[in-house]
Amino acid sequence: MRTLYDKLWDSHVVRDNGDGTALIYIDRHLVHEVTSPQAFDGLRMAGRKPWRVNANLATPDHNVPTTQRAKGIADPISKIQVDTLDQNCAEFGITEFKMNDIRQGIVHVIGPEQGATLPGMTVVCGDSHTSTHGAFGALAFGIGTSEVEHALATQCLILKKSKSMLVRVDGQAGNGVTAKDIILAIIGKIGTAGGTGYAIEFGGEAIRALSMEGRMTLCNMAIEAGARAGMVAVDDTTINYVKGRPFAPKGAMWEQAVQSWRDLVSDAGAKFDSVVILNAADIQPQVTWGTSPEMVIGIDGKIPDPNSFADTVKREGASAALKYMGLQANVPISSVAIDKVFIGSCTNARIEDLRAAAAIAQGRQVAKNVKLAMVVPGSGLVKQQAEQEGLDKIFRDAGFEWRDPGCSMCLAMNADRLEPGERCASTSNRNFEGRQGQGGRTHLVSPAMAAAAAVQGHFVDVRDIK
Amino acid sequence: MQKFETLTGIVVPMDRANVDTDAIIPKQFLKSIKRSGFGPNLFDEWRYLDHGEPGMDNSKRKLNPEFVLNQPRYKGAQILLARENFGCGSSREHAPWALLDYGIRAIIAPSYADIFYNNCFKNGILPIVMDARTVDQLFNEVQANSGYQLTVDLPSQTVRTPKDHSVAFEVDGFRKHCLLHGLDDIGLTLEHVEDIRTYETKRKQAAPWLF
Ligand code: SF4
Repeated sequence: MRTLYDKLWDSHVVRDNGDGTALIYIDRHLVHEVTSPQAFDGLRMAGRKPWRVNANLATPDHNVPTTQRAKGIADPISKIQVDTLDQNCAEFGITEFKMNDIRQGIVHVIGPEQGATLPGMTVVCGDSHTSTHGAFGALAFGIGTSEVEHALATQCLILKKSKSMLVRVDGQAGNGVTAKDIILAIIGKIGTAGGTGYAIEFGGEAIRALSMEGRMTLCNMAIEAGARAGMVAVDDTTINYVKGRPFAPKGAMWEQAVQSWRDLVSDAGAKFDSVVILNAADIQPQVTWGTSPEMVIGIDGKIPDPNSFADTVKREGASAALKYMGLQANVPISSVAIDKVFIGSCTNARIEDLRAAAAIAQGRQVAKNVKLAMVVPGSGLVKQQAEQEGLDKIFRDAGFEWRDPGCSMCLAMNADRLEPGERCASTSNRNFEGRQGQGGRTHLVSPAMAAAAAVQGHFVDVRDIK
Repeated sequence: MQKFETLTGIVVPMDRANVDTDAIIPKQFLKSIKRSGFGPNLFDEWRYLDHGEPGMDNSKRKLNPEFVLNQPRYKGAQILLARENFGCGSSREHAPWALLDYGIRAIIAPSYADIFYNNCFKNGILPIVMDARTVDQLFNEVQANSGYQLTVDLPSQTVRTPKDHSVAFEVDGFRKHCLLHGLDDIGLTLEHVEDIRTYETKRKQAAPWLF
């Protein structure tokens, strides 16, 4: 009786090193411009070549501008980094969706979109949110640049097996409660280090009911719970999503693949090292109030009083967070006004996310106190699809800016950022100090909650927007 | 990679839990395509009073006198004492590069984020896990004694305090071996080329759509 994680691990062991580590084979390596240049340099210096060039897929995402892209990148340092990726991919023969390719986008959006992420694979990328791809019943995790070089050169990594955790969400999520709210509630419960050392499998009725977009949102933030990998077992939802995608198998090979993917579930009775259970019905739409994703409350909640934490570290953390965030204890979160809205990132910039936000924005106006509300699709293809559905028009009419795809204000490496003291309702995944710009204040929410905050000018329960 | 055997060095205390990699090296410095030169921007947002950007002359910037790295007593520190979940957040290896470039060769904390922990070993930095009580005690000692030094001995897996009190720590056999000899993982893996090829042949039969 094996867990999904056991099965994925076992099928990728090239060699047991006999010292607690194993050489694990990597099926897919995704590459972006920020964490790869030093790895390519390393290859060149050692006179090495990529082991299996077609296992790699690259795209620039962190540094790309989200406006007037045809004009190129204004920031010379960002430009060097993107040009370096282009040169490295050309030199080593790696497939790259360049900045002006319609298939370009955030690496964690394009992998699944292209069918480059498949069930049963090991997927790595020099980016912690690689956990996203676990939504497909894959073993996917972020690596550092040394490991990027290692994966390029050997198609393997030296790994130690993690412990296994099952996070089971029972019952049905209420109206207005999305995958984002579920994962924020999970992180609120287990903490940002709760999953450290574990590979998390998400299961239970509420998870099974999620679309692939929702499962990607969920697994995306497994890393915010401390787990390097998050995953969801394969079912019809997975298989229907993958079918027909450019890199997915076709014809007889498709049938063969589907047959083997059906086994990518934890066996009944498989043992996990740890089990956490939540009730979906208890989860409200969530808003973070602090500088760590675990500092989160339901929209009906009040900002906690640091003194209410028994643990000293938590108490000090909460007071420092309130100071940084410019917030008072015991104030209802729904009364907090915002300056900017960011709908985007590898957490929430897929078509379903944009549809959910547009449904709220439709026929409404961005509130006067909101200086900027921007929508940044996760990829060129998401953007195209949204435009075909008329979502861009809905957003524009409501006063949102409609941008080109990339990481954008999720981490503000390009020109999109918060100014000191600005408060943002953001659909991204990290609310760390300075994440969206120095001194910026980030509140993590779902796309619908972000759109609702945009039109009201403050946080509001999306279920109250009729 | 630089070898790590024993190290006696000044300890700098970073008294904050959940220090994330964005704090260790802010994103604007990730635009560099090099592995070195990150030291002056380690903890940039806490360390300087102005906003740092790549290409600035850091020696002309105003330091934040409150920040621990700027206090003269911790000058030249090689050991960082930290709180739980150190290095959480992004996978950027720029974080250990910045620490190393600054001169940090060992970290002592109750816990680390997984990717960061792993990245340290790849760069010749030894991240030591110690229980929260011992770490607490070390914080007290460091703060009470100017010029406080610890000796980290990897072969015997111990940390010695100035009073010759010795604390043992755990480290993975494979990682220890690589650190002690300054070994490059890629070279080690390429000793198993045959195993990789055998695996690929087998896998190609079982799951041809992956190739
Ligand atoms: S969208 Fe944000 S979290 Fe995702 S890869 Fe880009 S920077 Fe990282």
